[in-house]
Amino acid sequence: MNGFALYWRYVGVSLRGQMLYPTAFLLRLCSQFLVTIVEFGGVWVLFQRFHHVRGWAFAQVALFYAITSIAFALADGLSRGFDNVGPMFVKTGNFDRLLLRPRSTALQITAQDFALSSMGRVAQGVVALMVAVWLLKPDWGVGTVVLLSWSVAGGTALFFALKTLEGTLSFWTTEGLEVANTLTYGGEAAAQFPLDIYSAWFRKFLLYFVPIGCSLYLPVALALGRDVGVPGWAAALAPASGFAVLFVALGVWGIGIRHYTSTGS
Amino acid sequence: MMIAALPYVSILRARFLLMLQYRTAAWAGVATQFWFGAIRVMTLAAFYAGAGRQPLNLAQVVTYIWLGQAFLAMLPWAADAEIAAAVESGNVGYERLRPIDTYLLWFARALAWRVANTSLRAGPVFVLAALLLPLTQMHDWAWRMPASGLSAALFVVSIALTALLSAAMTVLLNIVVTALKTQRVVGFSMGLVSLFSGLVIPLALFPDWAQGALLWQPFAGIADIPYRLYFGALTGGMAVQGLGAQVLWIVLLILIGRWWLDRVMTRIDMQGS
Repeated sequence: MNGFALYWRYVGVSLRGQMLYPTAFLLRLCSQFLVTIVEFGGVWVLFQRFHHVRGWAFAQVALFYAITSIAFALADGLSRGFDNVGPMFVKTGNFDRLLLRPRSTALQITAQDFALSSMGRVAQGVVALMVAVWLLKPDWGVGTVVLLSWSVAGGTALFFALKTLEGTLSFWTTEGLEVANTLTYGGEAAAQFPLDIYSAWFRKFLLYFVPIGCSLYLPVALALGRDVGVPGWAAALAPASGFAVLFVALGVWGIGIRHYTSTGS
Repeated sequence: MMIAALPYVSILRARFLLMLQYRTAAWAGVATQFWFGAIRVMTLAAFYAGAGRQPLNLAQVVTYIWLGQAFLAMLPWAADAEIAAAVESGNVGYERLRPIDTYLLWFARALAWRVANTSLRAGPVFVLAALLLPLTQMHDWAWRMPASGLSAALFVVSIALTALLSAAMTVLLNIVVTALKTQRVVGFSMGLVSLFSGLVIPLALFPDWAQGALLWQPFAGIADIPYRLYFGALTGGMAVQGLGAQVLWIVLLILIGRWWLDRVMTRIDMQGS
């Protein structure tokens, strides 16, 4: 069985497990939706007061918000397994079992906990997207739709990479670290607004150091026809950086595994 | 009277000491909260740049955000984890065997949890945002001192009421968990709490037509009312109304909680062995 088929086999088992308790699953799904849609409501309330933020209107910000939320939610669902590397695998020594199997550990970790309830978060992003499209009434061609999908893909890869690094950290700390949320949840919160509303240092941090902006700010600004001081072709290619970071992160994950020593049990 | 109160006081103390064990977690929490506060401050500052007159000025909103981060542990996010676990294992039945009042016991536990958690986190956030930030170039984004001595005094009274209100809400969540025998539903409360306490956006920035209703709904007393008293945005009659709303909800929620807990406990199903 190749890696791809194996992944879906794992995911199928994980989904069947979650569906054994359909009510509990639905409640998780709904609460993910409610907890996040409240944030979108907050953005709407702010625009009722202020009408615009540095030249951006609510409809435009809603598009940034939607693309970022969807990318983050997809990555969150796909990478939930990395949250539990410390408590479930390192502390217990269960990671030995994964190492014994002649397959990628990252694949095993992520596929065994495929969090479908994150679709509640995705749904929230889709609601924001519908609001944005309804208000903007854009005349997007196929090119723009591809650009926005590419932006979501790059953002998903980047957030997934950050979760991989967070999981890798557990080989040293054994506990999950709340601090890692600063980049994942914090990055999501920051990128839900166009980055040019922030100070230069913070914008540069999110463009060049943790390149969330390359995937989620530059292409969306391009789609909205805003000049952000970057040539159009560069903005269109920028989400590739998300995949580059993912590649590096998986390398770091390999270093983490070499550091792992079994607790034995 | 003193002797009757003794078990509850011991529970307060034991829980407090237990919470103080988790210092590393608290430090991690402080770093995270400072960072989230900073992002929120930068976002709001961008909205204020070039905006006209608003119900709160930028310095007040910035202070509001820092207060929100410092007192984040006051928010009644979820039911007491141990009680929720006891409900799922059936051990909650033991609560009926204790010769003390279950409501008071749960209330004391919730209060200790909120206060201990907050006391660990509030100080460091204050040091970072109110004492160190003004020394940097970002002093516009610093946590400011209370508007006056009176504001400070009102804030202290109000935040104490917040602790009681939050404990009453936590017990209500415990009761919901006990009645439904699952903790999953409690996720719903998080959305309500964060929006209507003012944590997402200060309540004063909501549309003007909603202001009266917003002040008198139960969640305002969890964050918005004490914070507005702190920087003097609620004064005179409005300050009295704010404190009144807090007291009213504390009394109401305790009465509802007591009545409901009695009903739930008289027909509790024991699970497990």
